[in-house]
Amino acid sequence: MFEGFLKNRRVQWGLGIFGAFVFVAVFGDLLIKLVGWGPLDVDYDALHTGPGHGGHLLGTTISGQDVLAQLISGARGSMAVGTLSALLAIALGAFIGVSSGFFGGTYDTVMNGITNVFMTMPSFALTLIAAGYISAAGGPGSNAMGWALMAFLIGIFEWPGMARYLRAQTLTLRSRDWAMATKLLGESRMRMIFSEVFPHLLGIVSATFLRAIMAGILAEAGLNFLGVSTGGVISWGTMITNAQNQGALTLGWWWWFLTPGLAIAFIGTAAALVNFGLDEVTNPKLRTGNAGAVNRFIKAQRRAARASA
Amino acid sequence: MAQMVVEPTTPLGSGPRAIPTEAPLSPRHTGRLRLPGGLGAGRARFFLRRVSAYLVVAWAAVTLNFIIPRFMPGDPAEAVLRRIQFNTGRAPLHSEIEAVRRIYGDPQKNIIGQYFDYWSGVIHFDFGVSTTSYPTPVSELILQALPWTVFLVGSTTLIAWLIGTALGALMGWKPGNTFDSIFAPVTTFFHAFPGFWLGLVLLWIFAIKLQWLPVSGGYDPNVPFSLGNFWFVLSVIFYGALPMFALIFIGFNGWLFSMRNVMVATVTEDYVLLARAKGLKESTILMRYAARNALLPNVTGLAMAIGGVIGGTVLIEAVFTYPGMGFLLQNAITQHDFPTMQTVLLMLTACAIVANFVADSIYVLLDPRVADTN
Repeated sequence: MFEGFLKNRRVQWGLGIFGAFVFVAVFGDLLIKLVGWGPLDVDYDALHTGPGHGGHLLGTTISGQDVLAQLISGARGSMAVGTLSALLAIALGAFIGVSSGFFGGTYDTVMNGITNVFMTMPSFALTLIAAGYISAAGGPGSNAMGWALMAFLIGIFEWPGMARYLRAQTLTLRSRDWAMATKLLGESRMRMIFSEVFPHLLGIVSATFLRAIMAGILAEAGLNFLGVSTGGVISWGTMITNAQNQGALTLGWWWWFLTPGLAIAFIGTAAALVNFGLDEVTNPKLRTGNAGAVNRFIKAQRRAARASA
Repeated sequence: MAQMVVEPTTPLGSGPRAIPTEAPLSPRHTGRLRLPGGLGAGRARFFLRRVSAYLVVAWAAVTLNFIIPRFMPGDPAEAVLRRIQFNTGRAPLHSEIEAVRRIYGDPQKNIIGQYFDYWSGVIHFDFGVSTTSYPTPVSELILQALPWTVFLVGSTTLIAWLIGTALGALMGWKPGNTFDSIFAPVTTFFHAFPGFWLGLVLLWIFAIKLQWLPVSGGYDPNVPFSLGNFWFVLSVIFYGALPMFALIFIGFNGWLFSMRNVMVATVTEDYVLLARAKGLKESTILMRYAARNALLPNVTGLAMAIGGVIGGTVLIEAVFTYPGMGFLLQNAITQHDFPTMQTVLLMLTACAIVANFVADSIYVLLDPRVADTN
């Protein structure tokens, strides 16, 4: 299954785009050297200039900071929060989903109930409120919290969707013949979960992981926009928020607020492409294939029918 | 239309078939599986089960609301009292201290007693006073904001769902054709837009550059505030146009994909082939055979998506300074107004529960099998 997954055209595109962003996030410091301006360097000769002027490829902010450098540095901030929150959400979701799908019984009923409760509650509002309390505890007027803490808050409320999905998948795996065979061989449950069930879920988990990263990036941007900031760390969310707060919208400095949003949209597209690919691999009915191949097949069939007639 | 070569099938056996006369044909086994009490009772039982499930969710939400401030670093109760003192310039009254302690925890009382006190507050719709707009009760702020959010979420979710489902059905009807292969990647990209950022872009284009629509607010402040006034209603639509458009745009892409994917699988089903073989009109097959069945997962999805939709609405309201719950929440968070924060979360959860229940009810009306099978 995993091979078919990697051969899928959409998956290749998605992973390619995603890989490019990971590259930027990891080697951001080197790339910023190429840009020539640090993300916080101020160019007093070029305040809020448009793209392409004064050596700033994507223009500058109101205080003369290079937008491209901020975008590169923001990739790291956003991806870090996204990845950490996704790791947490996946770990929780996989643990709860796989265990309740596998063990069933009362444990499953209870866990499923808890999942449903968290699923029904608006998770973003929950994260926001917990963040509000924590940032307020820092003293009056402080709204900053560490990026790791923010990632934790996002991840801790994001697992229910994955738990539900993985539970459903585990249920179908459990009822397969090989599962029964393993059971009859007298394998222990732990061994069955980790060396039989989990490897089968790996493709799904990895695609869900991408989606969770995307959700984390979106949540981080949203939290920033609503005033819960990650004190000092540049992310795409802080870029959009700063642009909005410092009047980029009313003054029409589109390069400042359009670029970070587009960056998020590209990552989201990559995650969606991988997920579509996964859907196609797991559900062959979805494979639309290419019309050309289908037509060739039909023509060949017709020819064969004529020849035999 | 491509022609398929289908070999004529030869019947496996000819002549009259031996019909088994035992169990399968006895009247007790014909038709659908009957539960005692028939279909109506099945539905009633289904509703009862769902209602009790949602009561559990509601209980959990209130309890969580009780727990969160007690587990947070610092002492929220102390913070609220200080803020009241700061706002009024005097020491908080005894009654105020008591009210705040009831909601945020009192180190002197045991936790079980606190829990019951908290519940009595919730039942009486008494959530204390807001610290930012002191001394307005939080319940009053909520009642002012709630209708706006319900209007925004309700109307946009419905419209987005209808558009997305209809387009998705068309895309999945002939997967891989020009419409599908152009529209699919484009909407994938649109779907990945951060909602509030899209709101900002719309604000920039339509309210600031073109100046067609207002920048912020939910209604024209110069028009008398009454639902009976035609001009007021018109101004609500005019002011709500941008946030609504943003929410519909964010929403419909998701519905489109889930509908398309189910539709792709449904059009290969045998009953669709049979409908074709009967020579029915394409539109009839599309609407009554394929789309009708493919619709069901999208209805279930409606229930599951409400939580996310509410999260998106919070952000969109903040972008457009729309006078709903999201805007209230944003203000409460930046100003550390705990009573308001807390109550907004509770009310948003209540909205999510009600919306879930509505979606569930639609589902059981569309698909009687749900109520039948236990």
